[in-house]
Amino acid sequence: MSRPTHRRPEYRKINKDLFVLTYGALVAQLCKDYEKDEDVNKYLDKMGYGIGTRLVEDFLARSCVGRCHSYSEITDIIAQVAFKMYLGITPSVTCNNSSRNEFSLILDKNPLVEFVEELPAGRSSLCYCNLLCGIIRGALEMVHLAADVTFLQDRLKGDSVTEIGITFLKKPEEKKYRRKK
Amino acid sequence: MIPTPAPGFTESSGTLESRPPLAQHPLPVLLGAEPCVCGRSAGPPPPRSCLPPRALHLPPLCLPTQGQNMSLSVLEGMGFRVGQALGERLSRETLAYREELDILKFLCKDLWMAVFQKQMDSLRTNHQGTYVLQDNSFPLLIRMASGLQYLEEAPKFLAFTCGLLRGTLCTLGVKSLVTASVAALPACKFQVVIQKS
Repeated sequence: MSRPTHRRPEYRKINKDLFVLTYGALVAQLCKDYEKDEDVNKYLDKMGYGIGTRLVEDFLARSCVGRCHSYSEITDIIAQVAFKMYLGITPSVTCNNSSRNEFSLILDKNPLVEFVEELPAGRSSLCYCNLLCGIIRGALEMVHLAADVTFLQDRLKGDSVTEIGITFLKKPEEKKYRRKK
Repeated sequence: MIPTPAPGFTESSGTLESRPPLAQHPLPVLLGAEPCVCGRSAGPPPPRSCLPPRALHLPPLCLPTQGQNMSLSVLEGMGFRVGQALGERLSRETLAYREELDILKFLCKDLWMAVFQKQMDSLRTNHQGTYVLQDNSFPLLIRMASGLQYLEEAPKFLAFTCGLLRGTLCTLGVKSLVTASVAALPACKFQVVIQKS
């Protein structure tokens, strides 16, 4: 029952403007649909979760990451391999606590906000890129890692940097982790 | 707010190839003016004001639900916004189009290449403001199926692109109405009707 497929180049790139503009149109539409910022943020996170659960398959297929042995390795891979692959940027990673399960990704450049000058009036707590948080959360969950992912700082809200916080919800153990993003 | 005419989608069977031209419909922007997808509910009705009532002469079968119309309209609106911005960015190098036909050729070649990495397969016109752009392997449909399977899902994937075309035309100074029709996946046709204001 398989239909003949064309040979296509494997890693198709998309026009960057189209991607960024479409994301903007998506957020704008959500702002029209929901009055409260929290609802928009929540919905973006939910959409991102759906994307992340599927994206992780593509990521694992295209990257050659081996097993990870610690949360910090995982976060490094997210920042240096995954972000690079899908967004073309490499955020820097910092660890926020001594038990090594809270990390931050500091985004120097964020292509998604290229055409955004400022948040719309009355939307001061909108997390414009909350889709990213959902994606990370969904992807991690597909490899059996529960995590809380939120924006800790956001340049669009006036902070100096854009910072995504990842908190892994289980204590690190000695056993090997599943092959992960 | 820019009123966003929703695209009408036709599910034409193999035998019935032609669609009535839009001019025959009393309200060209009427949602669901074309017989299209089977009336499957798209989920809980959106919290919006009601759509205009459909004209009574529409065939009783295969009418989209109100929720579905609304989602298609929303998608088309989003495509319109993106098309407007893309039109500005893409046509920087080549300005001052003289004729409508040049603009449509720009859509078929440059816009399609930028967005879908391929060109439109054919462009036909009646030289009176109606253009039919045909894509035999539309990239958003090509992964779904070939033939008639999922025909009723196709409009969801076309709505954004209709808006994209309409938005790009708007930036280039042309008011238009864009609708799409699918006879068999993944081939689809986009009909552009230039509105003389």
